[in-house]
Amino acid sequence: MEKLGGIFNPSSPEMEALSSLTLYTIVTTVGILLLIVAAMIYIIIAYRKNPDDNQEPYQNFGNLNLEIVWTLIPCAIVAVLFLLTCNTMKVVDPPVGDHEPDIIIIGHQWWWEIRYPKSGVITANELHIPAGKYLLARIESVDVIHDFWVPELGRKIDAIPGHPNHMWIVAGEPGLYIGACAEFCGAQHANMHIRVIAETEEEFKEWEKQELVIPPTPRTGLAGNGAKLFQEKACMNCHTIMGTAAAARVGPNLTHLNDRQTIGAGVLTNTPENLNKWLTNPQKYKQGSLMPNMKLSPTEVEAIVAYLEALK
Amino acid sequence: MSRRLPLVPENTEPLPSLKENQGMLAWVSSVDHKQIGLMYLMVTMVFFVVGGLEALLMRIQLSQPEFNFISPEVYNQLFTMHGTTMIFFVVMPFLIGVGVYLVPLMIGARDMAFPRLNALSFWLVVFGGILIYYSFLTQSGAPDMGWFAYSPLSEKPFSLNKGPTYWALGLLATGISSVASGLNNIVTILTMRTPGMTMRRIPLFVWMILVTSFLLIFVIPIIASAFAMMLLDRLLEATFFTPAHGGSAILWQHFFWGFGHPEVYILILPAFGIISEVIPVFSRKPIFGYEFVAGSTVAIGLLSLGVWAHHMFAVGLGDVTNLYFSLASMLIAIPTGVKVLNWVATMWGGKIIFATPMLFATAFIIEFVMGGITGVAIASVPIDWVVTDSYFIVAHFHYVLYGGSMFAIFAGVYYWFPKFTGRMMSETLGKWHFWLTIIGFNMTFFVQHFLGVMGMPRRIYTYQDFPYWGSMNLISTIGAVVLALSVLVFMWNVHVSRKRGKKAGNNPWDAWTLEWAAASPPAVHNFDLVPPVRGRRPLWDLAHPEQPDEPNAKVVD
Repeated sequence: MEKLGGIFNPSSPEMEALSSLTLYTIVTTVGILLLIVAAMIYIIIAYRKNPDDNQEPYQNFGNLNLEIVWTLIPCAIVAVLFLLTCNTMKVVDPPVGDHEPDIIIIGHQWWWEIRYPKSGVITANELHIPAGKYLLARIESVDVIHDFWVPELGRKIDAIPGHPNHMWIVAGEPGLYIGACAEFCGAQHANMHIRVIAETEEEFKEWEKQELVIPPTPRTGLAGNGAKLFQEKACMNCHTIMGTAAAARVGPNLTHLNDRQTIGAGVLTNTPENLNKWLTNPQKYKQGSLMPNMKLSPTEVEAIVAYLEALK
Repeated sequence: MSRRLPLVPENTEPLPSLKENQGMLAWVSSVDHKQIGLMYLMVTMVFFVVGGLEALLMRIQLSQPEFNFISPEVYNQLFTMHGTTMIFFVVMPFLIGVGVYLVPLMIGARDMAFPRLNALSFWLVVFGGILIYYSFLTQSGAPDMGWFAYSPLSEKPFSLNKGPTYWALGLLATGISSVASGLNNIVTILTMRTPGMTMRRIPLFVWMILVTSFLLIFVIPIIASAFAMMLLDRLLEATFFTPAHGGSAILWQHFFWGFGHPEVYILILPAFGIISEVIPVFSRKPIFGYEFVAGSTVAIGLLSLGVWAHHMFAVGLGDVTNLYFSLASMLIAIPTGVKVLNWVATMWGGKIIFATPMLFATAFIIEFVMGGITGVAIASVPIDWVVTDSYFIVAHFHYVLYGGSMFAIFAGVYYWFPKFTGRMMSETLGKWHFWLTIIGFNMTFFVQHFLGVMGMPRRIYTYQDFPYWGSMNLISTIGAVVLALSVLVFMWNVHVSRKRGKKAGNNPWDAWTLEWAAASPPAVHNFDLVPPVRGRRPLWDLAHPEQPDEPNAKVVD
């Protein structure tokens, strides 16, 4: 049997607290539902009218004591739930204090920009974190409201223009945790995935070092051609490639595209063939995406793919 | 002898009379509360079918992972229009319409207090609906920003299409209609009751309509002004809700939910009213704890005005704000629970007749409690952080609005159809409708709870093939098809019963409230003679003079 995701696979201390509160509450309230169902079944069996019986039943107008009892019982249930709510909030959302954020996550229509202000790394759609370490994330948006949600790691938090939010992120074990934008944000809300890649401390350090390398720009061959096309074909109007004149922040930073698992915030696996398909017509795979079909010829596409693949 | 001028000049031309057969004109020009009520019901039926088809298309698109049945743009238009239609053009006008038909009859009045305002309310709903649906014909299509229209997505430059403008204008029109209906109901209920019909004796349905009407006049102005601001932003470059120009993205949410949460109670309180009429009659007992059912409605109405930000726990409003709204929302569970237990207690010890209205009312209790318990859970901030904006919420509010409001609406239609038309609905078709609804409804929405906690966000036109997502979505889609079938059976039942149903007589269910003393269908003037009212159940008192509800009641004439 495949493993159930989300709440059934909590992978951080925060999510464990959230998961158990949610499941216990649901089980308790389902218990209440079952009591009512049992009462209804009894009523349906015991008090069904016999067609030959023309007597009206005893006319009962109410009972004050019963009303008081069944007002007080839900009061008690609510009080307990509220106390559990307060306790869980402390675990899930510890105070930020005067911490500087370790990560800045910025929602864009329809991808995530991820910045590590302490090291200067900038990437997109894939959040690398060292497992077991609490990192403070600041969540922002540059356009409409998005919502950052990785179901196995923790709570949802909105990314709102003009209203930055903060949240602690932690993953218990190394692994891949897939999330998505949870607040409707337009045409491609469905394809705004986020991948959290939790690694060991060493792997994370290694990755960070790798991301800071400025790759040399190829000058010759197909890749060299691609580098030129990247500048000429308006790619640089939206994208950044470190070490070149391309420094725009409209689309994802492509310097280390090679290291990412997917293209288009999760619509395609990142392989040269898929990159080729994507550049030929991104609208086919992500209809409504802000990346237009640049009407590149197959040879141009091949050259740009070769260039992006050569950046290491 | 001085002769005073009459306040209203005498007519020189004869007024149109219902006795002459004037075809459609008799309906279009009508200010009669019964005709207007029936027109509300007919219009909501059309919108119900349209909104249902929109849902069905969405379910087909989601039946398997990465399915290419409709484009993302069309999908987004469909879910926006589905939500808008079902809330503003189906459940709300149905409940207002059935109220307009029944309230004057139940309190022994001749008509609503303001009959022409009543007609205006109805036609504004129709025109609002046409305005919104017209946007499908514009080049850029229908609104596609969701029924909640969060800014800045609903603002320029993120929605350059005309849809949201049509949407705000159309809903502004229906908003005016709702405020007018609210006022009309309040004045009618407070001033036009027949002698003896004190506020402690009006039927619970009338109580629920009264509380709903106060909610309407309190909260619709909030959203109407927000619509006006949105239109200013969109048409005249104002910047209320655009953060890039100094506005606030969160302000819209406060306005929207300040209206939007009480709206939920506007959609469910009259449904509670229907249930509170049906259950006693078919259990052959008076409602258990009348004062508590009426009083808990007032409590729900008041509390509902102070809970809106529980829709905004993920916004980051701060712990204190979140905890206040969490506690306030949980408190609503208490009066709601009181109601449910009173209904159960009404059935307890009765002699229950399970005709179709009672089947739907009985199922209502269970389906609604299902939606209610998930509602209590998501009032808890951390649980909300887990499930908000996921399919869990979709499941939750469909249990409340379909399992609650729609089940009550079906119970009400089967119950009052004989009064509306003079004919009974078919019990055989009614039972088919009921069981198909139970199967289709639960199949569609139950699995969505699991999809939600497993990580499926709402409002996505497609999804990747995560474990079990495909099969659960397929179950949900098959359920939606069954549910659509059930609606077809219902429509067919209405169609054939209207012409060939068994003759009903005045009081086929042996019920106790005043509407059953009128003819079926009632005459234009409702009653030749309103029966004396000396208790909550005037027709019980008439049938059982030896055992009146209030033996010591004063006779009022």
